[in-house]
Amino acid sequence: MIAEHLPALQVVLPLVAAPLIVPLRRDTAAWLVATLVSVAAFGIAVALAIAVADAGAISYALGSWPPPWGIEYRVDALSAFMLVLVAGTGALVMPYARASIAAEVSGHQVYLFYAMYCLCLAGLLGIVITGDLFNIFVFMEISSLSTYVLIALGRQRRALLAAFQYLIVGTIGATFYVIGIGLLYLVTGSLNIVDVATRLQDVTEVRPLLAALAFITVGLGLKLALFPLHQWLPNAYAHAPSVVTTFLAATATKVSVYVLIRFYFLVFGHAFALDGLPLRSLLVGLSAVAIVAMSLVALFQPDLKRMLAYSSVAQIGYITLGLGLANAAGLTGSLAHLVNHGVTKGALFLLAGGIAFCCGSTSIADLRGLSRRMPWTAFAFVVAGLSLIGVPGTAGFTSKWFLVEGALENGQPWIVALIVASSLLAVAYVWRVVEAMYLALPDAPAPAQASTAASMLMRASTAVSVALTVVLGFVTAYNVGYARRAVALLLEGIS
Amino acid sequence: MSAFGGHYSYFVTVLLMVAGLYVTIARGNLVKKLIGLSIFQTSVYLLYIAPGKLIGATAPIVAKGYESYSNPLPHVLILTAIVVGVATIALGLAIVVRIREAYGTIEEDRILEQDRMPDEPAK
Repeated sequence: MIAEHLPALQVVLPLVAAPLIVPLRRDTAAWLVATLVSVAAFGIAVALAIAVADAGAISYALGSWPPPWGIEYRVDALSAFMLVLVAGTGALVMPYARASIAAEVSGHQVYLFYAMYCLCLAGLLGIVITGDLFNIFVFMEISSLSTYVLIALGRQRRALLAAFQYLIVGTIGATFYVIGIGLLYLVTGSLNIVDVATRLQDVTEVRPLLAALAFITVGLGLKLALFPLHQWLPNAYAHAPSVVTTFLAATATKVSVYVLIRFYFLVFGHAFALDGLPLRSLLVGLSAVAIVAMSLVALFQPDLKRMLAYSSVAQIGYITLGLGLANAAGLTGSLAHLVNHGVTKGALFLLAGGIAFCCGSTSIADLRGLSRRMPWTAFAFVVAGLSLIGVPGTAGFTSKWFLVEGALENGQPWIVALIVASSLLAVAYVWRVVEAMYLALPDAPAPAQASTAASMLMRASTAVSVALTVVLGFVTAYNVGYARRAVALLLEGIS
Repeated sequence: MSAFGGHYSYFVTVLLMVAGLYVTIARGNLVKKLIGLSIFQTSVYLLYIAPGKLIGATAPIVAKGYESYSNPLPHVLILTAIVVGVATIALGLAIVVRIREAYGTIEEDRILEQDRMPDEPAK
């Protein structure tokens, strides 16, 4: 009975929790609600993913209005894959949030943080699950607006400016997206994804479609921080509270990539969007610049969080690279990297948050001699760093392997050289941190006494996320196995 | 005449779109940026609403003697978009108020100047 309403509950649960948290006002109660909701959402996502794997795509008519008239929630292999990633990140981050948020957000704002987080989670899950183009926009704005607030909660005043800049860029991106779907609506008269895709096959006038494709690509490019539209990201990630950075790095940009993939393969269709236009070369070109240039920029950042943020832009480059390669191996690499990078960068940002919590600074200069004060953190950073580099036996390796395979299949060996070059740069910027932690002597031993020990929950969720970066390198049923299902769906295209 | 007249609303839409986007990007004053953003968003409302209107048609209420109806769906969509736009501008202005409290100015270049000076030696 409840099972058939799981798609609706997936979004409604966090959506309803958000306003309920506000009158609670108590930090502990708010945290408890947010955590329970996150865990429940993860449970629902896993249940949906299993159901989709067994019985194929689920279509859920909201309010029993049949699609294409009503809004359809559609769970197929691709969206189930993303639901697990988004909800899983939420469930992983929330136990960590308690102590970290109490330390990084002003006391009277703590319960509001949890309300905003629930809203953001609802928005992201909604984008993934909905089968309606305009509904995607609404959820996108729900998640974005709450994200701006979450970033502005950072203690430093720079967080405010970062949030404002992100608000401007994010709104321009979302508006571009609405313009794009407006044009699609004018051409097809429908907003349901499946319906639009079917109707587009009979459309002969391509000019509005090209305009729509351009607007949607640029709009989502801004949202997913596709190079060179990434300017908002480093500031936002560096100044937001650690928990927020972790959650956003693992989910927000990834969800935008998901929407872009859905548009290219399941709305416009492979043949129109990628084969008929120079879009593939554009994506591959921009991604290639991103993975090398942004890794180089990361190398020169004095702050750990900012370094990881630039590295994120480079890693997003890997994801869009696979999208540009547009063959089975490349796409599998892309989707696998969504998860692998989400987990890896999530683990690294959690560690950075732990360092900020204990030492009060994430400047690399202040990390000197950290291995003595926080041996486990330093060790975990090395492990997660190896996954970021893509060393065999870690999660990062599997996705890069598929990307290399995809590049060779397309006869573009220079891409392989770029992937290797960027991995070497990753070695360099991870090494800077490792060197500071293990080899450099601390400037002054004084702060070691003043530092506060991280709570058990923080340690536990960091440990789980770091362990996942290794486990996902061996147990690939989800990040590769499920991705393959999604890729099969994508390449099958519009039926 | 028909080439211009038939696409009249699109010319207005594009003009507003470009003007709004230009103001958003070119102005350093944070409030002016938000005004530009609002104009930009408004142009999209027009993009949706205008094609839904049929000249000589009525509102979509079934009654005797009326044959053609305007499409109500764009109006509903844009009602949602207006709500989203209002929320965005409200949040943007709230952040501007906080920025003004923290920095004492809402000019972007002066804010960046203030941030540069005290933190630079900390490197």
